[in-house]
Amino acid sequence: MSAFANILLGGVFHAAVLFLVAAGLQLVFGVQKIVNLACGSFYALGAYFGITLVGYADSFGISSWLLLPILIVAGILLGFIGPPIERLLRSVYGRDESFQLLLTFAFVLMFQDVFRFIWGANPRSLDTTYLIYGTVRIGDFGVPVYNLLVIAAAILVALGLGAFLQRTNYGRILRATAENRAMAEALGVDVRRIYSAVFTLGAVLGTTAGALVVPTAAASLDMAIEFVIEAFAVVVIGGLGSIRGAFAGALVVGLIRALSIVYYPELEVLATYAIVIGVLLLRPAGLFGKQPA
Amino acid sequence: MTFSKAGMVAVAGTAALMLVPLVAPPYYASLMIPFFAYAIALLGFNLLFGYTGLLSFGHAMFIGFGAYGTAVLAGVLGVRSFEVVLIVVILAAMIAAVPIGLLCVRYVGIFFGMLTLAFGMLFHSFLFKFYHLTGGDSGMRIPRVKILGLEFASYNKIELLAGPFYYYCVALLVIAGLVMWRIVHSPFGLHLKATRDNARKAEYLGVHVHRFRLAAFVISAGFGAAGGAILGFRIGIADPEIVYWTQSGQLVFMAVLGGFSNFFGPIVGALTFTILQDQLQSLTQYWRFILGAILAAIVIGFPTGLAGLAVDLTRRAARRSTT
Repeated sequence: MSAFANILLGGVFHAAVLFLVAAGLQLVFGVQKIVNLACGSFYALGAYFGITLVGYADSFGISSWLLLPILIVAGILLGFIGPPIERLLRSVYGRDESFQLLLTFAFVLMFQDVFRFIWGANPRSLDTTYLIYGTVRIGDFGVPVYNLLVIAAAILVALGLGAFLQRTNYGRILRATAENRAMAEALGVDVRRIYSAVFTLGAVLGTTAGALVVPTAAASLDMAIEFVIEAFAVVVIGGLGSIRGAFAGALVVGLIRALSIVYYPELEVLATYAIVIGVLLLRPAGLFGKQPA
Repeated sequence: MTFSKAGMVAVAGTAALMLVPLVAPPYYASLMIPFFAYAIALLGFNLLFGYTGLLSFGHAMFIGFGAYGTAVLAGVLGVRSFEVVLIVVILAAMIAAVPIGLLCVRYVGIFFGMLTLAFGMLFHSFLFKFYHLTGGDSGMRIPRVKILGLEFASYNKIELLAGPFYYYCVALLVIAGLVMWRIVHSPFGLHLKATRDNARKAEYLGVHVHRFRLAAFVISAGFGAAGGAILGFRIGIADPEIVYWTQSGQLVFMAVLGGFSNFFGPIVGALTFTILQDQLQSLTQYWRFILGAILAAIVIGFPTGLAGLAVDLTRRAARRSTT
């Protein structure tokens, strides 16, 4: 029984990270109608930069207790890449979806070599400093507290995003822009700034997720292209453009992966895509998306 | 483009391709084999993308069908004739594409792309994980087979690829091009274009939109499998890497690079991409960055691709000469 709980927690941890990236993907799709293949690259960028920043902090003798805040700062600092990339994307707004996908695919290719150039081709990882937060013993297995903190952080982000979108003025403006760009513009919304801000926020969610995951997993060149596919599965299952959908989809994908790794490893990825196809066929708009008219 | 003009382009292009093994060292001629594979696959891809308006982001799956089909037929079942292999994998891929297509063509735009992507990844993880069936990440070996019933035993691999097999591929590309030209200029092709431009109106005029999209999907699968068989013959191994989603992305890249609104665009794209990738790889290990930058530049600045650019330039030159 406790082994089962352990598996579930592993799945939830994975889901937490997936949710952060998927939420970024959803925000950008919801407002800008762009499916951003480069979200996996933001994730990888966060992971690499997290390692670098923790390394610097270490050399300045900053306590390893500050690992989590340092990683979050690393994710947020990387937000600066948002506006210039959004500036390039501006040229394909309103054009065919294939062009938008391809432009973000171009970013994926370029980012991969940027990683190779800065951090080299070998996988990079942090040592086990994250165990400094201790482990919680439940029955006969231990869960690193760090993992629980990441799960908590993801839940906080989910609640915060929800409150931001539903309760604040800026959130209302965002939703209005997503709903009807021309009308929002006519009512005096600076759509350009909104787009730039949303894309940056989406990127920061991705980079932070990458930074948070790096203490437990190595950063490698392939992580970008592997992760984007999983994030895609999440948003398709949950429904394009819906934050709640990202939450549900991340849980589904995270748990299924965790369970299949234990019970039938051959199905690890297969099961995820089988569900994606099932969802697309039965409910093309996903579990929480708006069904197309 | 009228037939005579297109015919001239085709004849000149074929003649130029025939000259390559005579002037270039065998190594370079053998490098051209992937170009033929991609060009044939892209002719099919573009029937779906350029003419029907459906962007498949899982098209590498059909190349994988072709390569793995070749591995199974030649490696496991011991079929020794490449023509038999080619025909069987094309038919098998088309049959397999029917149920997949039935599910996919209900959607357009981003949902079609995602569904094809999911099917592609499903196939990839099947190849990757079911080690006892597919060899997992080490793939399946593809032995040398006879072409046109001839063994060419005295040729080594490079000589075979640069000589007889090269001309064999030229012939295959010409056949594939003629078949595709017939398809897109037939009433069937017009139906496809009508469903692309306005599906509702086409439906109203009596076009069975889903049926036509399915037909385009199935045909493009056959072309993809043919390309995959050639690629498999060249590499000598079928591994899961060739069906990964980035490979599908690469196919879209080639189509856009060449220009998907032009009949010859995909072929131009495959040629440019193959040469560019080879040259960049020998220049720098950061070739992906350069390819990405080129892709971004094309998407932003030249959405009609190289073929569109060429048509534009010739038109401008013609206008200048008349005034």
